[in-house]
Amino acid sequence: MAPAAPSPYPAAPADALAIERVSVRYPIRRGVFARVRGAVHAVEDVTLRLAPGETIGLAGESGCGKTTLGRAVAGLEPLAAGRIAIGDRTLSEAGRPLRRTRADRRRIQMVFQDPLAALNPRLTACDLVTEGLAEHGLLGGETREEAAARLLAEVGLGQDALWKYPFEFSGGQRQRICIARAMALRPDWVVCDEVASALDVSVQAQVINLLTDLKARHGVSYLMIGHDLGVLRHVSDRMAVMYLGRIVELGPADAVVDRPLHPYTRALLAAVPVPGGPRGTARKVLRGEPPSAANPPPGCPFHPRCPLARGECRRAMPGLAGDAGHLVACHRAGDAP
Amino acid sequence: MTAPAPVLSARDLRIVYRAPGAAAPVPVVEDVSFDLHPGRMLALVGESGCGKSVTAAALGGLLPRGMELASGRIDAAPGVLRAGRGLAYVFQDPGECLDPVFRVGRQIVEAMPPADRRHSADRLRALLVQVGFHDPDRVARSYPHQLSGGMQQRAMLAMALAGRPRILVADEPTTALDVTVQARLLRLLADLQRSGNLAVLLITHNLGVVAEVADDLLVMYAGRAVESGPVSLLSSPRHPYVEGLLRALPRLAPDAPPLEGIPGQVPALGRRPAGCPFHPRCPLARPGCATAVPHPTRGPAGHTVACHVRAFPSPSESTP
Repeated sequence: MAPAAPSPYPAAPADALAIERVSVRYPIRRGVFARVRGAVHAVEDVTLRLAPGETIGLAGESGCGKTTLGRAVAGLEPLAAGRIAIGDRTLSEAGRPLRRTRADRRRIQMVFQDPLAALNPRLTACDLVTEGLAEHGLLGGETREEAAARLLAEVGLGQDALWKYPFEFSGGQRQRICIARAMALRPDWVVCDEVASALDVSVQAQVINLLTDLKARHGVSYLMIGHDLGVLRHVSDRMAVMYLGRIVELGPADAVVDRPLHPYTRALLAAVPVPGGPRGTARKVLRGEPPSAANPPPGCPFHPRCPLARGECRRAMPGLAGDAGHLVACHRAGDAP
Repeated sequence: MTAPAPVLSARDLRIVYRAPGAAAPVPVVEDVSFDLHPGRMLALVGESGCGKSVTAAALGGLLPRGMELASGRIDAAPGVLRAGRGLAYVFQDPGECLDPVFRVGRQIVEAMPPADRRHSADRLRALLVQVGFHDPDRVARSYPHQLSGGMQQRAMLAMALAGRPRILVADEPTTALDVTVQARLLRLLADLQRSGNLAVLLITHNLGVVAEVADDLLVMYAGRAVESGPVSLLSSPRHPYVEGLLRALPRLAPDAPPLEGIPGQVPALGRRPAGCPFHPRCPLARPGCATAVPHPTRGPAGHTVACHVRAFPSPSESTP
């Protein structure tokens, strides 16, 4: 298991969100007695530090564990290993029940992909965005209407939105309500799970620009989870690429997109169709399918699909290494593509 | 430029929705015209609710309950306009289109015309190889849940091809797939279309996908065609909506300009504005845009645009 170290976790800046060697596993139960017969290794040994005010983009394809990691950060999944902390305040830890204090929960909020599913259909926009404020006793001197009007105005919705129900809004407006609700509690971090994927292109850009504005205004940090590398590049300071539960590349967003080091990142970028890009058969296409997270291959998780794989890739798991803050987990990162 | 005879030609399609009990039908699609040519791919592009899927459904007579083709013509060679035979569909969610209780191979054989069923095993294997499976026998024996999303979509494609169609309508075929899988499926579609001389109607909201595989393009907004022509028009679009869409697209390029959304939102069905449907969101709108519907004007190389401000000059005006 984890190698013994004098202090399990290196010191982090006092107010950073530290994800320390986190693993999340889902048990696989089989048979009449539902015995645990294995585990899906959704997130494996992920370490990530988010400085205050920094946005990290978490990229990867379906099933790579990016959403699970986001849910773990928001306190919605118990950890199988590692811990999540802000400064020296531990929020989640392996082997500890998944309970956070009210004050801890306020600091990390989450916005989900499908706003219609995330909003209670029987509450008005006013109730939806101020429910948390009332619960946390943060209304100050304001009435709920005043607070709601102020919060909705911040996300570009007018007074007429106050007494409407979720079904009366368009997809983009619903996502704005979800964002207003997350921002209401003045969190330090907001986990945004594919917030723009369900929206039309013209509206998607509005929502992304809104998130950027709110960050500039309130200094909030985002953990942006997404599969669209173009979107992530626009909003992120740093970007992490996940494959089969592990971070395979981490670095400044521009560096990861312009000078990718991991063969998987390169394949992912090459697969994005862009106007003006190469047409039809002119590009390289990644072969095979991602392996099952219940039964990950030995060695580097990407080796069965990797064009550069050789002997050691099948045996040893590469660690994240690199300089200038651009890290890659690949035995062959130094070699030419 | 004279193109070979189209395999299907749709003219001035007008599709309406008649809600139960409602007095007046609501227009869903208005004045949409296009041609499908063998070996070419036409992309119908637009945001949700613009009528692109309804237009495609009308070709095969698959309009949902309550909708009808109110006027316009769809002309095609005999036998082409039969869903599942001359005209085959592939939809967005392959998991919903495959029957979970039958093996994939059996479902594909079911879609074959009688002549092919006599040697169905060979034909089945050929089809599965054609859509890129290296182990056709194993796939044929599998149930849908044993395949990944990308494999299911390729199985759907094999099923669509089993009927030996002349036209393939692919409705958001890659939207549910990851980018690396999408890239493979797009390449496959482009190969099939060229080698099989298939006419493909690709419906998508993704301009990147269009630029990658399509030959021609028709952009719809609120039920109307706003701009159409060869895909190269994306480098010099005329309609402000198409310009806006391109500016709203997050780019990977290092010198990517800041994102610009289009203010407002797509109008709901039945609440579409008078005049040009885009005028409430248009940065170039003039007073006349709110009253008169712009009709398509023709430019060079089959490029047409429906916009009062950016209309192509009519031939009589341009020639002195």
